[in-house]
Amino acid sequence: MIGLNHYLIVAGLLFAIGLIGVIRRRNLLMLFFATEIMLNAANVAFAAISHYYNDLSGQMFAFFIVAIAASEVAIGLGLLILVYKKQGTLDLDDLATMKG
Amino acid sequence: MENLVYIALFAPLVSSLFAGLFAMSPRQTFVGVISSLLLFVSFVSSVVLGYHIATTGASVHVTMMDWISVADLHIPFGFMADQVSVTMMVVVTLVSTVVHIYSIGYMDHDKSFNRFFSYLSAFVFSMLVLVMSDNFAGLFIGWEGVGVCSWLLIGFWYHKPDVSREENPSISPSWAANEAFIMNRIADLGMLVGIFIIFWNTGSLQYDVVFSQIPNLAPAVLTAAAAALFIGAMGKSAQFPLHTWLTDAMEGPTPVSALIHAATMVTAGVFLVIRANPIFSVTPDVSYFIAALGTFVAFFAASMALVNRDLKRIIAFSTLSQLGYMFAAAGLGAYWIALFHLAAHAFFKALLFLGAGNVMHAMHGELDIFKMGGLKKKMRWTYAYMGLASLALAGIPPLAGFFSKDAIIETAFNEGTLILWAMLVITAGMTAFYSFRQVFLTFLGDERYKEFGIHPHEMYGFVLIAMSPLAILAVIAGFFRDWFNAFIINLLPNYEMSEHTHHLALILGVLVLVVAVSGIILAYMKYAKGLKRSEKTENGLLYKLLANQYYIPKIYEALITKPYAEISQLMWKKVDMRIVDATVDGIAKVIYKSGDGSRKMQTGNLSNYLSWMAGGALVLLFITVASYVIG
Repeated sequence: MIGLNHYLIVAGLLFAIGLIGVIRRRNLLMLFFATEIMLNAANVAFAAISHYYNDLSGQMFAFFIVAIAASEVAIGLGLLILVYKKQGTLDLDDLATMKG
Repeated sequence: MENLVYIALFAPLVSSLFAGLFAMSPRQTFVGVISSLLLFVSFVSSVVLGYHIATTGASVHVTMMDWISVADLHIPFGFMADQVSVTMMVVVTLVSTVVHIYSIGYMDHDKSFNRFFSYLSAFVFSMLVLVMSDNFAGLFIGWEGVGVCSWLLIGFWYHKPDVSREENPSISPSWAANEAFIMNRIADLGMLVGIFIIFWNTGSLQYDVVFSQIPNLAPAVLTAAAAALFIGAMGKSAQFPLHTWLTDAMEGPTPVSALIHAATMVTAGVFLVIRANPIFSVTPDVSYFIAALGTFVAFFAASMALVNRDLKRIIAFSTLSQLGYMFAAAGLGAYWIALFHLAAHAFFKALLFLGAGNVMHAMHGELDIFKMGGLKKKMRWTYAYMGLASLALAGIPPLAGFFSKDAIIETAFNEGTLILWAMLVITAGMTAFYSFRQVFLTFLGDERYKEFGIHPHEMYGFVLIAMSPLAILAVIAGFFRDWFNAFIINLLPNYEMSEHTHHLALILGVLVLVVAVSGIILAYMKYAKGLKRSEKTENGLLYKLLANQYYIPKIYEALITKPYAEISQLMWKKVDMRIVDATVDGIAKVIYKSGDGSRKMQTGNLSNYLSWMAGGALVLLFITVASYVIG
């Protein structure tokens, strides 16, 4: 039987994968993908917990996150294209201009 | 009558603020004139108040407003004019009016003319607060106020550099001002302690409440309060061992010396003893100490005046000596005689100082009497004034000093304190000698100033006229002794000579007179014909001891000033620099270093930032979990 814990473990694993992606990847586009994975990890956890407690607000929240993630990607990708046009690269090591 | 109290009190304040408006602008004669007029208004109010009190016998008491009202502590801004304070008011405002007018002439070449009047009037205001307050707190405010004004005025020529002197390591107006202020601060601590003791034990600072509670207080408390208050009086009145500031205060302009360091401020200590006489009269030990110290200072200061060469310092020593007389009288219980001598002394001593100011003005700032002589021809009026004041000081009848000083000496005899009496009689002779030594060296004999290329000239006419009220009072004040006695005993305890003394009064008076006259004759024989200096005397041990003021300034320098400076250096270099500063600098350094170190975090690489963020989030998570597990 698949219980709440299994869902949460999947969500945790997904989140960890996303976090490692955020930390390790150098390409801005990949960073976006990694953040999407983290957001969806949260969605899975929300949906599972919502079902567990018989409370719909968790699923509602998951929908919100999906909507916000979509709009964020729309704007983010637009910015990425601009950056790429300006700098010719999306590699973070090459974009490090604001050094302290 | 209440309005008169306010007018008398606040006219000098208005004058000070008015002159203060022009403090930064160049010399304006009208500032001096208006200040003098306001002071004159104050004087007239005081006289009218005095007349009112003398005729009705009732004192005028006003409460302007509440000042401090916390829990059990109620201190109003209350002022009163009774027999004692009105006497002081008349003396203070009279002398200060004369000094204000005098200053218009004396300070006419000074670029800070307007500022001078502002300070001078502020002093008068503070002094009036001191004498008119109806509680110890107000007295203390005035006490500090005159201290500040004294500091401002001694250091009036603050730009003058340090000058080395034989008897003093180094002296300048600002040095002297600081010395006066610091010495007074030491004594003021005693005064504050006295006020605290009084408040602690009576719960009030109003004179009438405090004095009415005296029978309920333990003798030890009263003795402590009286001793602490007297320490304050010793500082303000420059009694031994806090006396050195008074002669150094002569660095200030001469009108200041006349007003503050002769006639008014330095008598504040005597005033305090007279004002608090119910306390002092029930503490015989303290009172006897006051009398003994006063007599000692009278003798001690007069001995230093015998050989001094500085015109103003001689008069300053004589002020010290006369203050000693006043304390002797007050300590022996003859409060009204002390107050009478205070008033009489204010007149002739201010006159003497203003005369010295004329001489100084004429001699272009030269004060060494060995460089003067023969000034009689050029300065006849000043000679007359100074001669008159010196006669009064020496106690020659029928001038003011005779009546007041003779009464003090008689008191010492009456109390059976014959040692004090003998010292006071000898001091009277010394007083006569040094006063006339100074007068003869300045005005008679050969004209020694010529070789220094000085062309003396008499002071302005209006200044000489302004001095005349003092001269007249120096002559006639003594005749009011019985009248003053009748006036003042409404408030102060009367002091009557015993039958025995009364019989001997004539003999005693004649004895004192003979001593004084022989002092004058001795001075005449030695100095009137001209200055004959003898190497042998001047190198003698006694002469050197006196000329160096018993080496007291040097002892203070060696025992107090230098060790204190060394301790300060040590504290600065070791404690302040190595501990206090090092701690503060250390904190700053830690922050600098940590900033410098953490700056490396800012690589500009988004990936690194994200790593830091993730790390931070992990730490927070860890803390949350840990706190959940623990708590």
